[in-house]
Amino acid sequence: MFAFIMRRLGTLGVILFGSSFLLYNLAAFSGDPVAELRTSTDPEAPAQIAALTRSLQLDVPPPLRYFIWLKGVFGVFVGKFDLGQTRASEPVNVAVFEAIPTTLRLVTTAVIVAIVLGIAIGIITALRQYSRFDYSMTFVSFLLFSLPIFWVAVLLKQFMAIEFNNWLAEPSIAPRALATIAGIIGLIVASAVGGERKKFWKVFGITSVGTALTLTLLLEINWFLQPALGPVGYFAASVGAAILITQLSVGLGHKPSLRAALAMAVLGLAFYYPVNWLFERDKQPLIIFGLLLVTIACAFGASFYFAKIDRGPVVRTAILTGILSGLLMILDKLMRTWEPYFKTDAVNGRPVPTIGQSKALLDSGDYWITLLDILMHLVLPTIALTAISFAGYIRFSRGTMLEVLNQDYIRTARAKGLNERTVIMRHAFRNTMIPLTTIIVVDFAGILGGAIITERVFGWTGMGTLFNTAINSFDLNLLMGVFFLTATMALLANLVADLLYSVMDPRIRVGAGK
Amino acid sequence: MFTKKKSSAEAGVETSILNKETEGLSQGQIVRKRFLQHKGAMIAVFTLFSIVIFVFSALKIKIGPWTYPGWWKYTIEDLPELALDGCSGGLVGCPTLSLRPTWLGGAGIQLGEHPFGQDDIGRDYFALVMRGAQRSIMVTVIIGFIGGVIGTVVGAIAGFYRGAVDSILMRFTDFIITVPSIIIGSVIGYHFGNLGVSFLALYLGLFAWTGLSRLVRGEFLTLREREFVDAARVAGATNRRIIFKHILPNAVGIIIVSVTLLMSGAILLETALSYLGFGVVAPDVSLGSLISQYQESFTTRPWLFWYPGIFIIAIALCINFIGDGLRDAFDPRQRRRITRKDRQSARVAKKARAHA
Repeated sequence: MFAFIMRRLGTLGVILFGSSFLLYNLAAFSGDPVAELRTSTDPEAPAQIAALTRSLQLDVPPPLRYFIWLKGVFGVFVGKFDLGQTRASEPVNVAVFEAIPTTLRLVTTAVIVAIVLGIAIGIITALRQYSRFDYSMTFVSFLLFSLPIFWVAVLLKQFMAIEFNNWLAEPSIAPRALATIAGIIGLIVASAVGGERKKFWKVFGITSVGTALTLTLLLEINWFLQPALGPVGYFAASVGAAILITQLSVGLGHKPSLRAALAMAVLGLAFYYPVNWLFERDKQPLIIFGLLLVTIACAFGASFYFAKIDRGPVVRTAILTGILSGLLMILDKLMRTWEPYFKTDAVNGRPVPTIGQSKALLDSGDYWITLLDILMHLVLPTIALTAISFAGYIRFSRGTMLEVLNQDYIRTARAKGLNERTVIMRHAFRNTMIPLTTIIVVDFAGILGGAIITERVFGWTGMGTLFNTAINSFDLNLLMGVFFLTATMALLANLVADLLYSVMDPRIRVGAGK
Repeated sequence: MFTKKKSSAEAGVETSILNKETEGLSQGQIVRKRFLQHKGAMIAVFTLFSIVIFVFSALKIKIGPWTYPGWWKYTIEDLPELALDGCSGGLVGCPTLSLRPTWLGGAGIQLGEHPFGQDDIGRDYFALVMRGAQRSIMVTVIIGFIGGVIGTVVGAIAGFYRGAVDSILMRFTDFIITVPSIIIGSVIGYHFGNLGVSFLALYLGLFAWTGLSRLVRGEFLTLREREFVDAARVAGATNRRIIFKHILPNAVGIIIVSVTLLMSGAILLETALSYLGFGVVAPDVSLGSLISQYQESFTTRPWLFWYPGIFIIAIALCINFIGDGLRDAFDPRQRRRITRKDRQSARVAKKARAHA
């Protein structure tokens, strides 16, 4: 194993060297960084050219200058990591490392949502191969594949931000719109659930009428301006979460797990007011982390109380339920922050922003208002990035799942009388996740440098903006800095993916042979 | 929540139906038949074909001494007067295209003077969109062709000869694969964008072959160990003959499929580059540069934004569906959906056999 990793790291170094040499020369030979100054009539121009030539060592030919740059990179081994200077005489490392958190904030949520949604839909379509749902999802994923992200972004800005903000000023839904929304949601749910025609229409009826009634009720109590779950809604949601998680992980027939999960929901309700009291105190991140530890401890307690033997699955279910109901609690708190946020001067009744990463004018000491502000700025970019990338996950997880379902071990599992839930969740789903995991790891690294257009459309200043500046102003060192970081991440992610593969699939042994 | 698995008797019927369909057909015939049966792909082929004809016949084209006049009255250089009235809400240059017939209360189905409207200085937007679509299709085809050829050659050589050649070629592929395509594209586009759209596509194609070459190499590595290759070699075939006559025909499915995917990626790459300002430069236009130029006017003059976008999506969607159809057609493990009609005819055939 060790030898394998060392060998792979060696290859990684060679590839990084080769590709950075390629890009450096490609970029250096394709233009002159001082071209603008040369044609300038400014009397200062010659002096500026000389200064730039000195600081960027432009008198050295690019293939040799590359090695000066490389020397700075190798400084990492002696603790003097140096990626050179930008044209504005700022160290590139500083610029790049300042941009990383912004980019991470931008892409993390989108990647997670895309993965969860994409895999869920992909697996359902595989289980219902050639159904109406399968065909429509195939169409939707191809459509998403074909969308230019900046085009989506403009549409989102118009309909999700501007029009939605206008709508919030006086929320009401016309009866015809209400019927359409309810019909669409009913259609989606009914075709996802599947079954015979009779069941389809039954599910459709229940869902669409339910949606219509809920929306009317929410409008009636002015929920869109003063949203909240409240203790009752919170409890209902966490009981739902408990049942869902138990069904997916061990099945509802497993009584100890169901009891432990429901106990977590009850505990959540019992602590509803104390936790909300804690949310009002200072040092929120610390408090939330503490609450997480308490939740896990409670989950262990509950599962030890309800299960005497075979506690593994019970603990897992209880912890997942606990974390989910904790998130619901935070969601509830954020919902109740909505109204004060809505009324601050900086927001002034238009809560969905179209541009930027936070409101500069929003000068609030309140933790929750600041958090909500950051989240609201994430909404549109996240939807755009998710829409673009989750189509790939749908197709990939569908394909893998279909392949796995044709395997002999699935037939064996069915033949020995396991119920369908166990066959799908234990045997098929876990094996589907093996190739998916490696794709996810690689994608995550790739998207770090890949949000260039999104950043530009939504006015964020992360890695993509740096890259843009670098190309437009011939800033070779900055360009190489951005590239060096993204390429290293991508290559390391590939290595991690290979190692993960061998951990998850015992048939594959890395470093064996040769 | 989960559907019941098909019974084994039913599965047997399905297998026999599928076997029946492929009886006595060559591999090529099976592939063609499967592709023609793929409804989505057939619709996509038809749509894409119509779009290409429609777009390329619209404007004046000069090829050497010949000039094709084009059926549309304006070109992108023309500057007709900006239509100041006829629009609602005090807008100027709005589209005159109408699809609602008069008996439904519309203005009747007609193109009008400027079907897609006019831009700020009065240029006919229909002509601009047609030119943009021409450019985007050209870029896609060129990138697909160059990427496809280089990728196949590199992958084939690396996979067939293995050893040192393979290592060198694959390391070189890794070098290029590591640099994100949008970075390469921007560097190229920024410096060669002014040479014209074909040069831009050419340079982009020089860097677009990496994924394909890896796939082809993998395919060649597997195929060269197969018995039929050994047989050919024993019979005295040269390497050249083995590659072109024995291995390549077997790898052609994977090549065609990934070239279509490469092309659907290429059209989006070109629009993205033009959007960033690194692609096609003025006065030439592409669909991406049109959207980028007029994205601010979405709230006031949405037609400047809608039409180029619709063309991008239509073209990319068609290519994706064709790629899907091809993949299904070439994949031997792919099982077609068994319809009720198939079952019915299989039952009838079985009964007929039993009676006979």
